[in-house]
Amino acid sequence: MVKTKREGSVIFSEYKRGEAIKAALEKKREDILLELRESKVKGRGGAGFPTATKWMVVAASTAEIKYVICNADEGEPGTFKDRVLLVDYPELVFDGMVVAGYTIGASRGIVYLRGEYEYIRKPLEDYLESMRKDNLLGKNILGKEGFDFDISIRMGSGAYVCGEETALIESLEGNRGEARNKPPYPVNTGFFGRPTVVNNVETLAAVSHIVVKGGDWFRQHGTDKSTGSKLFSISGDCELPGVYELPWGTKLSELLTLVGAKNTKAIQVGGASGICLNKTQFDRTLAYEDAATGGSIMIFNGSRNMVHILKNFMEFFVEESCGQCTPCRIGNVKLLEGVKMIESGEYTFDYIEKLMELGRTMQVSSKCGLGQSSPNPFISILENFKDEIFNGNGGYNG
Amino acid sequence: MLILEKNAMTEEIEKLVEKYGPERSSLLPILQDIQRDHKSIPDFAQQEVARLLDIHPVEVFSVISFYSFLNTEPKGKFIVRLCQTITCDIKGKERIAQAIERELGISFGETTKDNKYTLEFANCLGMCDQGPAMLINDMVYANLTPEKAVKILKGVK
Repeated sequence: MVKTKREGSVIFSEYKRGEAIKAALEKKREDILLELRESKVKGRGGAGFPTATKWMVVAASTAEIKYVICNADEGEPGTFKDRVLLVDYPELVFDGMVVAGYTIGASRGIVYLRGEYEYIRKPLEDYLESMRKDNLLGKNILGKEGFDFDISIRMGSGAYVCGEETALIESLEGNRGEARNKPPYPVNTGFFGRPTVVNNVETLAAVSHIVVKGGDWFRQHGTDKSTGSKLFSISGDCELPGVYELPWGTKLSELLTLVGAKNTKAIQVGGASGICLNKTQFDRTLAYEDAATGGSIMIFNGSRNMVHILKNFMEFFVEESCGQCTPCRIGNVKLLEGVKMIESGEYTFDYIEKLMELGRTMQVSSKCGLGQSSPNPFISILENFKDEIFNGNGGYNG
Repeated sequence: MLILEKNAMTEEIEKLVEKYGPERSSLLPILQDIQRDHKSIPDFAQQEVARLLDIHPVEVFSVISFYSFLNTEPKGKFIVRLCQTITCDIKGKERIAQAIERELGISFGETTKDNKYTLEFANCLGMCDQGPAMLINDMVYANLTPEKAVKILKGVK
């Protein structure tokens, strides 16, 4: 595969293969954890859990067997940054996994790659093989007595919900990818019941840079609460779609200019499970504390029908709900029905209000992140585009 | 299934179990390999996997039914998955779907009579910046136009 060289301040900054592993092996485990805490790096998948805290819990466990899992089940509509990282920068991700293994005391790492990315599996397997040859994987890595670590790749089979960490672990264990009850969290009871670190591809890539360049350096980028930079997957109505590395705190309006988006009506921040913002909200910033996202930004211009967009999102959730818990299984179907009613003009405002209520109930009562976030587009589109949907065009949107 | 075919299938699954280990956690990789080579996981294969992993056949079926890339009914040699998620949708997925349907004479969800093509919609393929996109078996094709999509489809071997 052809690798593209990209420019960026943190993730895409200069890095040589093995650098992070070498730097980590010279440090004490506690110092790596402290460095991570200094950096204040948070999970890049979207949930934003502090990575240092996650690693500390697993590192503190006395269990003999521990696991590092790289969550490469990038299924959120509008997200493709992990594909770019794995194709163009596998060294960052795999080195990050080895560092994690060393820090928490694990000897096995697993990459859970989504089934749709089968075509990048072979290049990744080859890359792992070359790492083994250079003793960056295997026994006594880089001469460090007693540190063994190896990485294997496991494929998903087309289930969005497997991006949820406990569903992912279920899938790895050979089960249906249904989320587990939390607590206990994977840091205590993960893969095969052992303490497990599950990190997003981009988080591991960030870790590689932090170990080499330090937490202070990382913290110089971004905002106070959202440190470092973020890879954004930009798609939709713009001239230059693609993956952009931008510091946290970038305004949506700045981003629109950067990607050459014109006549923009709506921005869906955070994928199908994210929120849809209208023109008056384009001065909001991309950050965990404001408009949070795992990286997906979808841009829609004035010619797009918001009801059509919402219908597409709800169809997605109806299909991808695992069906385990009632709020998500039934709720999404009801919300989709509601969208279809709006589309055909056969609704009452009273019923729409009831559906909004249902959406808010799903947010608090669903078992996993899928059902908790699937009402987001429904609620935000109907709220932020109320005038267009219910009052524009004579109140008819079909 | 003929006895000879059954024996061949058993032998194949035994090899897979040896390769991945007789644990429950090997179930998905084993099923994925059978799916890749046979385009479906027939009843007999499910029973054999269950027997060799020492689990109930229902467990195997339950797992297959969960994942959209695994199926028990036979499919074509080339499974075409056109992305239906919003960014591919607004870039003209519908036009491409229609062109492919016209060309192959079947609808989405169906398989051609010669068992060469199966048409399906898939959710986000992660090619949103280059939509519309489709997968043909494991390979991805992006920046599709109706003409290009048909040409690619006719060209696969």
